[in-house]
Amino acid sequence: MPKVRGAVVIDIEACKGCDLCVVACPFDVLKLDTQVNAKGYNPAIPFNHDACTGCKICALVCPDICITVYQYKPEKV
Amino acid sequence: MTTEVITPEEIIKKGKIVFEKTKLMTDCTLSYCPGCGHGVAHRLVMEVVDEMGIGDNTIGVAPVGCSVLAYEFMNIDIQQAAHGRAPAVATGIKRVFPEKYVFTYQGDGDLAAIGTSETIHACNRGENIVIIFINNGIYGMTGGQMAPTTLPGMKSSTSPYGRVVESMGYPLKITEMVATLPGVAYATRQAVHTAKLVTKTKKAIIKAFQNQKDKKGTSIIEIVANCNSGWKMTPVESNKWLDENMLAYFPLGDIKK
Repeated sequence: MPKVRGAVVIDIEACKGCDLCVVACPFDVLKLDTQVNAKGYNPAIPFNHDACTGCKICALVCPDICITVYQYKPEKV
Repeated sequence: MTTEVITPEEIIKKGKIVFEKTKLMTDCTLSYCPGCGHGVAHRLVMEVVDEMGIGDNTIGVAPVGCSVLAYEFMNIDIQQAAHGRAPAVATGIKRVFPEKYVFTYQGDGDLAAIGTSETIHACNRGENIVIIFINNGIYGMTGGQMAPTTLPGMKSSTSPYGRVVESMGYPLKITEMVATLPGVAYATRQAVHTAKLVTKTKKAIIKAFQNQKDKKGTSIIEIVANCNSGWKMTPVESNKWLDENMLAYFPLGDIKK
């Protein structure tokens, strides 16, 4: 599990399922959903939550600016 | 030693936002095709304007082409210009409001074809404006016709057997052309198909707006982008094709600093 944890929130209705974030993600966090959104696109969704580091590479390449990235450094216990 | 178990919901609640949509982009869904480079270019320009704190003092000039609706997406003052005339309109705006930041946002069909004359003369006058030039090698909005920047051998709806340089000429490297003019302070070519290049492009846009602040002259930023619909490819394929073919003819980097 990465030391710094991240989470992505994707605006499903703004996503056009172009697949660029899925390909760009270095940790395979994202995939295209099998469900379609209101416009008929298969939006990207995070599924491999534990691997996300919040590196925001997905958000940088997203042409529809529908990704918000959060980052959190958990305390050691 | 283990780290605490944490769910994505908790990360969102406890963590900090490291990336979010800039406030200068409206909530309208972008009208571009899935995977189009315009979205990233729009975001970068608006992020730079937002970070410099000049949102209320910036006037954009939208072209004719796919990005004709830029005023719907960019939450700043925008004037839409006639086809190719954005640098001429920007000249007028900048002379009436010299304290405002003025930029044009144009495609290759607009800037390098019908607007060649306006572009070259605005650059030659050294107008203190920023020109953002999106080069995707094709007329995207009208259905993928051949543009001056279409590569040799590249198929388009008006060159179905590929561009033949003997009869149709060579692709126009307009950024290199205007870089030779003394009025141009900064000419660069960037791309937005990988995260690293997106970061570099943003730095170039910051430099261009800084040049305008320092009254150095015209800054032109060419952004090589994909047009997956016009090229008849998927977004991922088009980015790969861009990397292998477009960048071989249009190499990235600063042409004039």
